[in-house]
Amino acid sequence: MSERVRIVRAWEWARPERPARREVLSVVPELEEGKPPLLFVPGFGHGAWAFAEHWLSHAASRGFPAYALSLRGHGGSEPAPAATLRSYTHDVVQAAAGLPRQAVLVGHGAGARVVAHALARYPARAAVLVAPVFGGWGTFGTALRRNPVGTLPAVFGGRLRLNRRQLFSRELPDGEARRHVARLGRAGRRAQWQLLTGRQPEPAVGRPPVLVLGSPDDRVVPSAALARAARRYASAPLLFPGMGHDLMLDARWREPLDAILDWLEKDPAPARG
Amino acid sequence: MPSSTDLGRPDPDPTVALTRDGRPVSDRGDTVCVIGAGASGLTAVKNLREHGFGVDCYERETGIGGAWNWRHDRSPVYASTHLISSRPFTQFPDFPMPDDWPDYPHHAQLLSYFERYADHFDLRQHIWFGTEVVRVEPVEGDRWDVTTRSTGGYGPERTSRYAAVVLANGHNWSPKLPRYEGLEQFRGEVMHASSYKDPAQLRGKRVLVVGGGNTGCDIAVEAAQQASHCWHSTRRGYWYAPKYVFGRPADQVNDTLLALRVPLRVRQWLYHRTLRLTVGDLTRFGLPRPDHRVYETHPIANSQLIYYVGHGEITPVPDLTRFHDRTVALSDEREIDPELVIFATGYLPRFEFLDGAVLGDADGSGRPRLWLNAFAAGHPTLAVVGLVQPDSGVFTIAHWQSVLFARLLALRTARPDRAAAFGRRVAAGLGERYSPKVKDSSRHWFEVGHADYLRALQRALDELEGK
Repeated sequence: MSERVRIVRAWEWARPERPARREVLSVVPELEEGKPPLLFVPGFGHGAWAFAEHWLSHAASRGFPAYALSLRGHGGSEPAPAATLRSYTHDVVQAAAGLPRQAVLVGHGAGARVVAHALARYPARAAVLVAPVFGGWGTFGTALRRNPVGTLPAVFGGRLRLNRRQLFSRELPDGEARRHVARLGRAGRRAQWQLLTGRQPEPAVGRPPVLVLGSPDDRVVPSAALARAARRYASAPLLFPGMGHDLMLDARWREPLDAILDWLEKDPAPARG
Repeated sequence: MPSSTDLGRPDPDPTVALTRDGRPVSDRGDTVCVIGAGASGLTAVKNLREHGFGVDCYERETGIGGAWNWRHDRSPVYASTHLISSRPFTQFPDFPMPDDWPDYPHHAQLLSYFERYADHFDLRQHIWFGTEVVRVEPVEGDRWDVTTRSTGGYGPERTSRYAAVVLANGHNWSPKLPRYEGLEQFRGEVMHASSYKDPAQLRGKRVLVVGGGNTGCDIAVEAAQQASHCWHSTRRGYWYAPKYVFGRPADQVNDTLLALRVPLRVRQWLYHRTLRLTVGDLTRFGLPRPDHRVYETHPIANSQLIYYVGHGEITPVPDLTRFHDRTVALSDEREIDPELVIFATGYLPRFEFLDGAVLGDADGSGRPRLWLNAFAAGHPTLAVVGLVQPDSGVFTIAHWQSVLFARLLALRTARPDRAAAFGRRVAAGLGERYSPKVKDSSRHWFEVGHADYLRALQRALDELEGK
């Protein structure tokens, strides 16, 4: 991450992102404990609902004000078929800057890539990348191998369909898994493409400490990709074997979240640089 | 990384050091002092904290927001003040304004934005409100003695020693009043725009507004609606750019051209062309023809001025020559009889607590000689933040100035060689300008073009970090 900080963004200033109505779900602890707010950013196809299921209330019960955002075109946010990674990044930065205090950004899947982009535009207190999908052709290859029928249409601008086996472990009851998969939506066509071909995130501002975690049995993010993502931030991934890609919905959802909150409570030092 | 987290009133510790006149100094170690909690001061506090520094910020008022807080007695804003640069150019680059705000927010929204910025990054705990800075003196080891007291001169003075100082006391609070012959005997009311707050002050009066800047134009437009008559005196012809062109904020259209790297001459031609097609020939309204190309003076963003001139509600007049008992003589031999004269003639930057020589202004001309409008030669631990008059928003610039200064301070311990090279760069670049040839440039010495300036800042940052 020795890339230089970018000051002049004439193009972004000249063409500001269109505003879109955003859904933000929240569970706030009854007693303010001075802990930083968490902003959960779901990946492609998921909405804020994915975190509202378990994680929001559990984080709040441990004293963290917890918020989950639906990127535009997802969940209860405004439909946005033409959304790009930049639009999603805009949504995250807007939601984060709208919170009362400096927030911790928690991105899942492709939402982690969006969070990585947002980190260059908002000095987060800390960042957590859960099963990060940083994209590139390698990720695509994995998805194609595991789920060719669901993945191939995405190449031609169709919908990326993830199946139960990719997202959840066998421990999750079948009915529940079906219910979650039925709620999945789709990301913007251009955003899907940018996940493969788009520019890599710029360096983070404000030196946030970054935690990367995932599962070695994730069928979307291979272990090597996980390690690579962690290496970007000079760390090693925290692993939760036996879980699927959707760590926040899987049967043992509590373990990774508790690990995140423990890490935050230790008040990690700012990154070097 | 130097860090000082010991909060609490800096209490003098007599064992540490004494000022030149023998009073005790409390040593604040690696802490940095920031003077002013307006937009520039706030972003300096935030960025220094982010780079691990302890910060004491002194603010003479009891609230944040500086010029943008209309409750402050030094605030120049009036009831209708809106931004003249659109949101993307005005907000801090790492803390955007809400995207459901208008393109050109109102000053009250801006204050709420700063309040949110301060709360979001928990900045208030570092700010000493109601405390004004009396003196800032360099002492050995590139450190600074800062003497403060309660605003208004109450209570004892205290002196604290800091590792570095950021001057962010603003430049829009000390009114500049031109001198005119006979002004003392003029029987009508005379005020500077800084005391203009509300259009009710104009109602039913014959008003003369002096000054073709953005404030002068704003007040003229309000006078057109409220006063019984409005004269607007400008020294020269200006380019009155509408706030919207092609259905988009004009500065965004302009930066589209900048992003496409269209050369200045071509941009000027396009600009002239667009204005000619949309606004038309201004001499038809009795306005003087601009004696310069666009981008060569501070841009005036006002869609309404021409509108009211066209409706006969504003009478453009040339420069004033002298005042009489009840009338004002103009340079074209005419005389007019206003009841109220408002001088929208600008402000002068002032650093009354600092010896002028520190900023390279030994003869007291009021024009410091700095590099990047921020760094003084021979004082590596001093920075002025926000002393720019850009053709765009100031806050983005103030943010990056303070980031650059924070990184410089951090490198002073980590890489003294780079910090020293930066010092040489400062000395070599004093007085550098960052805009296309500016008309009347001695008066507008801190005018900068935002693109030129930010590119220079980018180069300075890259050089400093060896990237």
